[in-house]
Amino acid sequence: MTKVFVSRDSAARSVGADEVAERITSLAPDVTVVRNGSRGMLWLEPLVEVETAAGRVAYGPVAPEDVDGLVAGGLLAGSTDLGAYLGVTEELPWMQRQQRLTFARVGVTDPLSIEDYVAHGGLAGLRKALAMTPGDVVESVVGSGLRGRGGAGFPTGIKWRTVLGAESELKFVCCNADEGDSGTFADRMLIEGDPFTLIEGMTIAAYAVGASEGYVYLRSEYPDAVATLRAAIDLAREAGWLGADVLGSGFSFDLYVRVGAGAYICGEETSMLESLEGKRGMVRAKPPIPALQGLFGRPTVVNNVLSLATVPIILKDGPEAYAAYGTGRSLGTSVFQLGGNVARGGIVETAFGITLGELVNDFGGGTSSGRPVRAVQVGGPLGAYLPVDQFDLPMDYEAFAAAGAMVGHGGIVIFDDTVDMASMARFAFEFCAAESCGKCTPCRVGAVRGVETIDRIVAGDNRKQNLVVLDDLCDLMTDGSLCAMGGLTPLPVRSAVRHFGEDFAK
Amino acid sequence: MTSEVVAAASVPVPGRAQRVREIATERRGLRGALLPILHAVQHELGYVDQPDVAVIADVLNLSVAEVHGVVTFYKDFRRAPAGRTTVAICQAEACRSVGAVALADHARAALGCAFGETTPDQRITLEEIFCFGNCALGPAVQVGDRLHGRVTPTRLDALLGEAR
Repeated sequence: MTKVFVSRDSAARSVGADEVAERITSLAPDVTVVRNGSRGMLWLEPLVEVETAAGRVAYGPVAPEDVDGLVAGGLLAGSTDLGAYLGVTEELPWMQRQQRLTFARVGVTDPLSIEDYVAHGGLAGLRKALAMTPGDVVESVVGSGLRGRGGAGFPTGIKWRTVLGAESELKFVCCNADEGDSGTFADRMLIEGDPFTLIEGMTIAAYAVGASEGYVYLRSEYPDAVATLRAAIDLAREAGWLGADVLGSGFSFDLYVRVGAGAYICGEETSMLESLEGKRGMVRAKPPIPALQGLFGRPTVVNNVLSLATVPIILKDGPEAYAAYGTGRSLGTSVFQLGGNVARGGIVETAFGITLGELVNDFGGGTSSGRPVRAVQVGGPLGAYLPVDQFDLPMDYEAFAAAGAMVGHGGIVIFDDTVDMASMARFAFEFCAAESCGKCTPCRVGAVRGVETIDRIVAGDNRKQNLVVLDDLCDLMTDGSLCAMGGLTPLPVRSAVRHFGEDFAK
Repeated sequence: MTSEVVAAASVPVPGRAQRVREIATERRGLRGALLPILHAVQHELGYVDQPDVAVIADVLNLSVAEVHGVVTFYKDFRRAPAGRTTVAICQAEACRSVGAVALADHARAALGCAFGETTPDQRITLEEIFCFGNCALGPAVQVGDRLHGRVTPTRLDALLGEAR
C-alpha cells in the first residue's frame, strides 16, 4: 500500500498541512497518510513525501488547492515529472550537507509510533545505560563533551556528576522546554517530531543521577508540543518504558508535563523551578545551585530539551563517536535554526565550526525579500546583532564569546537592509522591561531607563552624552543583574550601536 | 498583554465557586499544583475571577496574597472574559524582520482596539505574543487555537472576517 507523509509539525500546519493531508485522504482513501514530524525544510512546507522503490521522494511546497492536480499527475506513484517534484528527500543538498544526530528521526518517523521509534534505533541508548553503573553513564556524558544547548553551554556531564554525588532520597530531572527566544524552534520541533527521544534522554539522566521523578516545563505557546508529549508519555508508560520498573530493570522513574503561563523569564532555570513549584517565576540567587538545591530544595538536573535529547545517541554510539564532531571545546553537533527574513528557513543540524555565513547564505539562501542581508541576530533576544562582515565567524561557543556575541540556543534571525537597528535596540530594552521578573533593580529599572535613553539618542537630544549614559547603563546591567535577562540585554543593544551606529544618528 | 485591570463588578455566577473548589481539590495532590489549577479554571471557565482566588487559596492552604501574586505574574491568566475569538500576533524579532510591526498596526486599525483589548461587540480580543516558534514562516498569528504562518495584512483581514 502506498505510504504518503505530510508533516504534523505546527509550522507545517500553519501553512496548510492539515488541509493537504485531508485532501489526499479524500482523493485516495486506500493510501496511508503518515503525519510525521517536519524534515526541517520549512520553506518547502507543506512538504509531501511519497514512499517509492527509490526511497522517499519529496514534493513541495504543496498548497491544498494543488493536491487535486498533483494526484491526477501521478504524485501517489512518485512521478518525477511534476513541477513540485524535488527529488529523493535524503539526497536533497540541504539534507545531505547536514549531520543529523539529535534530529536523526525527526521528519522520518511517526512521532507517536512506538514501533517506528524502536525500528529507527530508539531505546538502544537507554538499554545500554541500564546495563552500566550510574557513575559510568555520567562519565560517558562527560566524555562526549556535550554542553548545555539551552544557551549557557555548561558541560552536561559535570552537572550530572554533582547531582549524582548529592545525598538525598528524592532527586528530580527537569527539562527546560520554555523555548521563548525568538528565532528558536528546535525544542518545539523535536518534541512534536520525536518525543520519545526526550523521554529516553530524561530516563537516562534520571538513572545516572538517581532521580525518581521528572518534569518537562513546556511553554503554553506550544499547544501541539504539549499534546504530543503528553500522548507520548502515556504510550511510554503503557509500554513499560516509564513507571515502577523501566524496561524490566527494577529502576523506577516517571515523567510529567507542566505547562508554562506566558512568562519569558521562566526559561531561566531558577525561575522555571519556582514556577514548577507553583510560585511567581522570580529568579533565585545562586548559590545554592539547582544541582544541589533545585526543585523543592532537592538535588535537580535542569537541562534543555536538545541536551537531553542528545543523550540517547551518545550512549548508543559511545561518547567518542559524538566527540569526533565539532571543534575546540564545542564538541558534537548543534541544531541551528534559520528564521526571520530568510529564503530557506528551517533546521540545520551540523557539527560546530560551520561559519555563520555558510548557514545564512549557503543554507539560508539570503533573505526572503530578495534584498541584501544587513544584520543577523544569533542566540535569541539576548544575543548580539552581527553585520555581514562577521560572517566568517565559526559557530563555536568560544569564538562567539570572543567576538562579543553568543551562540545561545543556535537560533539565527536574518534581517534585510530595511531594518532600523535603533528600533531593534529599543525593542531589546522594551522586551526586557516587559519580561523582567522584577527581583533585581538593574534589570527592572535599567530596562525602562534604556528605552528612554535610546529615545533621546534617536531624537538627537544630547546624543553624545546619552550614548555615554547608555554605555554606563549597559555596564551596570551586565555586572549587576541577578540573571541573564538583565545581564545579557546589553548584548543586542551594544552590538547594534557598535556595528550599526549610523541608525542611531539619523 | 492582558490588562491588569480587574473587572469592576464581577457578577457572581451561580455554582462557580463550587466548581472552582472541585477543580482545585482534584489537583491539589500534584506537586506545584497552583499553575495546573489556574490553567484548568481558565480552560473551563474562561478566566480567573477575583473570588476564585480566595477559593483556590483555601483549598491549597495558601494566603490569598500568594495566589493573587501568582495569577497576576503570568500573562496567560485573564482576569475578565475574553472576546469570542482571540487573535494573537507575534511581535518578537523574527516576525519583526518580515513586517510584524506593520501587521500589528493594521490589526489595531482594522479592529479599533489595542493589544490586550476586546472589540466593543465582544467578537475579538487582540493580543501580542512573543514567539510561537514559527520563526521561519513569519509573521505568525494565532486565531483561536489555530496557528497561521506568513500572514500578510490581506490574509489577516480574511482571518478577522472569518472570526465570529
